[in-house]
Amino acid sequence: MTDYALLLARIQFAFTVSFHFLFPAFSIGLASFLMTLEGLWLRTGRGVYANLYRYWLKIFAIVFGMGVVSGIVMSYQFGTNWSVFSDRAGPVIGPLMAYEVLTAFFLEAGFLGVMLFGITKVGRGLHFFATCMVALGTLISATWILSVNSWMHTPTGFAINAQGQFVPAGSWLPIIFNPSFPYRLTHTVIAAFLTTALVVAAVGGWHLLRDRANLGARKMLAMGLGMIAVMAPLQILAGDEHGLNTLEHQPAKVLAMEGHYDAHPDGAPLILFGLPSDRDEQVRYAVEIPRLSSLILRHDLNAPLPGLKAFARNRRPPATILFWSFRIMVGLGLAMLMLGVWGLWARWRGRLYDTPWLHRAAVAMGPAGFVAVLAGWITTEVGRQPWVIYGHILTADARSPIAAPAVATSLAAFVVVYFAVFGLGVLYVLRLIAKPPEAHEAEPRRTPRHAAGITPAATFEPTNKEKDA
Amino acid sequence: MTGLTYSLDLTVVWAVIIAFGIFAYVVMDGFDLGIGILFPGFEVGAERDAAMNSIAPVWDGNETWLVLGGGGLFAAFPLAYAIILPATYPLVIAMLLGLVFRGVAFEFRWRDPVHRRWWDRAFMLGSLVAAIAQGMMLGAILQGIRVVGRAFAGGWLDWLTPFTVLTGISVAVGYGLLGATWLIGKTDGPAQAHARRMARMLSIATVVAMAAVSVATPFLSYDYWRRWFAMPGVLLTAQVPLLVVVITGILFWSIARGRHKLPFLAALALFLLGYVGLGISIFPYVVPRAITIWAAAAPAQSQLFMLVGTVVIIPIIIGYTGWAYWVFRGKVGEGYH
Repeated sequence: MTDYALLLARIQFAFTVSFHFLFPAFSIGLASFLMTLEGLWLRTGRGVYANLYRYWLKIFAIVFGMGVVSGIVMSYQFGTNWSVFSDRAGPVIGPLMAYEVLTAFFLEAGFLGVMLFGITKVGRGLHFFATCMVALGTLISATWILSVNSWMHTPTGFAINAQGQFVPAGSWLPIIFNPSFPYRLTHTVIAAFLTTALVVAAVGGWHLLRDRANLGARKMLAMGLGMIAVMAPLQILAGDEHGLNTLEHQPAKVLAMEGHYDAHPDGAPLILFGLPSDRDEQVRYAVEIPRLSSLILRHDLNAPLPGLKAFARNRRPPATILFWSFRIMVGLGLAMLMLGVWGLWARWRGRLYDTPWLHRAAVAMGPAGFVAVLAGWITTEVGRQPWVIYGHILTADARSPIAAPAVATSLAAFVVVYFAVFGLGVLYVLRLIAKPPEAHEAEPRRTPRHAAGITPAATFEPTNKEKDA
Repeated sequence: MTGLTYSLDLTVVWAVIIAFGIFAYVVMDGFDLGIGILFPGFEVGAERDAAMNSIAPVWDGNETWLVLGGGGLFAAFPLAYAIILPATYPLVIAMLLGLVFRGVAFEFRWRDPVHRRWWDRAFMLGSLVAAIAQGMMLGAILQGIRVVGRAFAGGWLDWLTPFTVLTGISVAVGYGLLGATWLIGKTDGPAQAHARRMARMLSIATVVAMAAVSVATPFLSYDYWRRWFAMPGVLLTAQVPLLVVVITGILFWSIARGRHKLPFLAALALFLLGYVGLGISIFPYVVPRAITIWAAAAPAQSQLFMLVGTVVIIPIIIGYTGWAYWVFRGKVGEGYH
């Protein structure tokens, strides 16, 4: 018999967290990008950086706001829908989340007001400091929440008390720095930077296709593609390391990603494509490269790999999902690498701004980061199933005593509200990026740092006609 | 034995910290939710823009205290978190969705002038729903939650009673008062006169609401009755209503005399007294008459680990939050939009 209350609670969590993560995936990188732009502006005094800062600040305000409100939902949903999990895991993960609030959320929120509204109220240096604090806050936040998430995948450093609660066994260090945390943190933060770089490059490319001389668009394309060229190869390395770590701690997840139902005692093939079937325990129409899977996962052509059949059927993650989500992520990662290399090549040839097909490719890849990030999270979270705390609590045993109709109602409300509200938010962002960054902006004369008369802060000031735009 | 007293003390300390966090949330987000509730009363155009701009730089920080209240409860009293949230499930979801609407309205209303009125409505309704839901959650906790073992064991509409309707309305009215008195301090001219008229009405409504909740609460349970009226405790508890009378006098006087900052401070004091009153009713329970703070407490090593950080970080947070308020001090100017 299907447990509908459980199924609906899982769908609700998956829906709300997927929607939520789209915003931080963008705003983590965007905050650092804004910090870079303002820093460059303060150093060089070039108006193009101030214009770009203002351009992306409006977008940041919208995206960050959506991240905040969808994030508050997450912080309460552990209790509303997963109360058994909250009661039992609270003593271990609760403090880490409290530290996230204390060290990250307050920092972001406290300085966000000054960052958005304070340029005329505080000095340039102090305003830059506020931008830096917001950027730092996004990274601290990622650190704590990924520590929590990683602990759920690779729990260490705990004991179980008389009430069945997970409690710290001694030091907090093995809990915070659990085995998968450094890999997950690196992989996720690079993913956020890549996501932002892809969007920035796409916006630059889009406007260059219309006006090749637009200085702001040139800067965006150059900075975006440069970042992709650096980050895409690093991400592939980080992903490889993360995969090896997962094979060590959660082998069933990796075997499901690879589609290995059977054990391969002397070298497993890499299945490029095929149709995995959990019921028949086989991959139909598989296109394989012999021994490559062993090479990737064990760095040895002849290394043995176990198969999913070594795990009881009800202790396996669904390969039918993981096989595909993993391939989408990897495929997009490789496409990002190619885009980065193309950008480098065009730059080396001195044709970065004169290659329309490169600009079109950048536009096409604009949303790729979001898709890859979601595919990656689906891979890792679905891959943890059927456990919520890997090896210790089943997801099915962790939920709140809330009946299916109540969860169905709230899920329907979330779906309607999120698509309507955040859909409009995305529309507003698209409208903002459809406008070119002020074209042919004259470079202002270099102004002395402490000039009392002309203050370069005026560059941030909106003109009157824009106020209502 | 020393270990035991040590952990008892830590639990009380955490109860005080969480209570402080929730109070900080109530007064800070209270006034900006209140402005949302009053929003349709403001004139379209400059008056609405001024009201919005007076809170735009600080609302996000204000709302972070809600995350601290929830997150802190999760960390320090996980059992309470695991019981209260399922017990008030529809209210929590309604509050969260209300906060979604009002949170995005801050930016969206500037981005879509054609539909600004719709976002203003979303801002008002979102604020109102969030305020009522919070008030009803408070009422639901006060009236008691059915607990079996370590879990909520009631029905999913247990929270809906006349008493919770009363607390829901009361909190919304009280937030309105905070919002109106905040605007007295942040605006001038006709907008300020308007806020003052609103504050006068809302002061009366808030005092009536407080009186109604105070009268109704002892009838919920004999425990509350005894807590408030048994000798010799009554000598102490009687101070609370006495102080309420004094503060109410100051509130009305300061509004009538056209003071700028005092009405907001008096409204805050009124909230503090109401909050102390709730504390007197509830302590030492976190889920009244079912779970005490000690039964719900996380183990000492969890509470201690957080305490170290909290003691260091909360003063820093108060420091830079205060600085942000100071940057935007004085009468409200224009936003960046």
